[in-house]
Amino acid sequence: MTPALDASVQVRSAPPVLSVRNLHAHLHLGDTVVRAVDGVSFDLPAGATLSIVGESGCGKSMTALAILGLLPQPAGRITEGEVWLDGVGDLARLDQRALRRVRGNAVSMVFQDPMTSLNPVFRVGWQIAEAIRMHETVSREEARRRAIELLELVGIPSPSVRCDAFPHQLSGGMRQRVMIAIALARRPKVMLADEPTTALDVTIQAQVLRLMKRLQQDSGAALLLITHDLGVVAQMAQRVCVMYAGVIVEESAVGDLFADPLHPYTRGLLASMPKPRHGAARQALISIPGTVPPLSRLPAGCRFAGRCAHVFSKCREAEPPLVPVAGDLGPGARKVRCWLHVGSEAA
Amino acid sequence: MADAALPSTARSTPESRLRHVVRGTLAGWPARISLLILALALACALAPEWIAPRDGYAQDLALRLLPPAWSEKGVAGYWLGTDQLGRDTLSRIVEGTRITLLVSLFAVLVSGLAGVAAGLAAGFYGGKIDAVILRLIDIQLAFPLILLVIAVVAVVGPSLTNLVLVMGLSGWPRFARIVRGSVLTVRHLEFVDAARAIGASRGRVMALHILPNILSAIIVYASFEVARMILLEATLSFLGLGVQPPTPTWGGMISDGRKYLNQSWAVSLSPGIAIALVILAINIFGDALRDALDPQLDERL
Repeated sequence: MTPALDASVQVRSAPPVLSVRNLHAHLHLGDTVVRAVDGVSFDLPAGATLSIVGESGCGKSMTALAILGLLPQPAGRITEGEVWLDGVGDLARLDQRALRRVRGNAVSMVFQDPMTSLNPVFRVGWQIAEAIRMHETVSREEARRRAIELLELVGIPSPSVRCDAFPHQLSGGMRQRVMIAIALARRPKVMLADEPTTALDVTIQAQVLRLMKRLQQDSGAALLLITHDLGVVAQMAQRVCVMYAGVIVEESAVGDLFADPLHPYTRGLLASMPKPRHGAARQALISIPGTVPPLSRLPAGCRFAGRCAHVFSKCREAEPPLVPVAGDLGPGARKVRCWLHVGSEAA
Repeated sequence: MADAALPSTARSTPESRLRHVVRGTLAGWPARISLLILALALACALAPEWIAPRDGYAQDLALRLLPPAWSEKGVAGYWLGTDQLGRDTLSRIVEGTRITLLVSLFAVLVSGLAGVAAGLAAGFYGGKIDAVILRLIDIQLAFPLILLVIAVVAVVGPSLTNLVLVMGLSGWPRFARIVRGSVLTVRHLEFVDAARAIGASRGRVMALHILPNILSAIIVYASFEVARMILLEATLSFLGLGVQPPTPTWGGMISDGRKYLNQSWAVSLSPGIAIALVILAINIFGDALRDALDPQLDERL
């Protein structure tokens, strides 16, 4: 995309624990190539929370899977780009054996649906212990003791009893807590959470988010939080990347994004959130017209052009670069991928 | 499902789960009768000398082709009559159980191992490996089974080991298809990705995370496959490709008795009824087992 511009803002005082550079992950389905992740770059500073937000099929989950080298096989492949993990190296270039030592160890993942993300035939304690025993040689008793500790840490009552429960004996919220315990088992540097609360009840969502926030602060792990819920972003993250059709269209601090969204897509997303009425007349929900272009046949020019209210001729001709907004080159640089904002940068 | 499940419900041990399945399987009387028949067959296979009323190998040419004991010309003590060499049919059926069950069980074991391995690989890896295994399955299934076995036995000779291997190889494609289908439904569940995400290798995921989840389907299918193998062994023995005489097998007895059908129907019919009973019992039992294992699948949802 714009390697020169990306490189110019890369100079930072605190090195990021995870740095994704120009990542391309494609799915080869017969003759069609689905460009699920098409040049994504971001930095995740140690101990921070970065959120990737976007609608279904925009490549958020594929980004997480690509980081761990878990793209669906045999279709998925990282075709370009780097995933630098502090102290390990470029994950995109590691072989499977080396990647296995990273997974669940330095980088762990929490999945979306707690109903299916635990193996139904094993006790939850065993599954937590497996995550420990995969990376270190400990006795069964020791692994079990630590599994119980972890269950207690994630706030499951009577952990020594629940340790012997099968997943189907636990509720969705409990299961997601178990998944978080598994993700924390080896005190990872980076936790990837792929829509961790989407499948939960609203009341349980808040509990689980609070738990994740607390545990992240206690353990010092960096969190990459993938979600489509802007409310979750506001509650959890410091920085946010908005993804659309395989690319990041806007990156900014969370406060700035909510106060002043720059990209038309981000504005559309924020406008689509239902608002409290404040005594005013009931309004119909606003939605962004049109649909995401198929990732196997992307249009020339801006990917959002077909749905954009501000579209002009240049949008259909060339894809805009992801550039910092005028005068801002610091670590908190705000970047947007839109021709509307490229002019101001040049001026 | 309340958020705070009672601790007592968490106390489900594998033993109690097993007991649950056993109780579920034996809930109906057809399954109980089936189990009784299977137990009897197993006893015959393990200790035929205790159960058989006479020596199944002893010939008595004075008493050839006797009808069953309850008919006019029957002789007390030869309950199902005798064959063309004056051997007691009932005793031979009892003696034949061992070989028949041995061959079919081992054949299912062989085909199960090969089929499960192939099905797991096909379903899990997909792509080219899947395509190759599927083509192999198609080729094997398109080839007439009996013809294949006749050809192989004609080349390698009719020994017990060869018989087991050939019958086993004839059954693997069905196993592979069942297993592949089950793997495809399980493979996309998140716990497979989750296992990979904690660093498990593909082999470990297949053996430890996918296989236990499809085991009930395999167990149930294997029970039906045992019935099929008994039938196949009988067919091969009937064609003279099975176990060689004088060792009694059910299929071989039917084949031997065929020539004397107009003098004594009992020689062929009795082992036939034994085959039918055991296969019926296995099928009913397999059905009950599937019904007992299925609610457990529902429970997970």
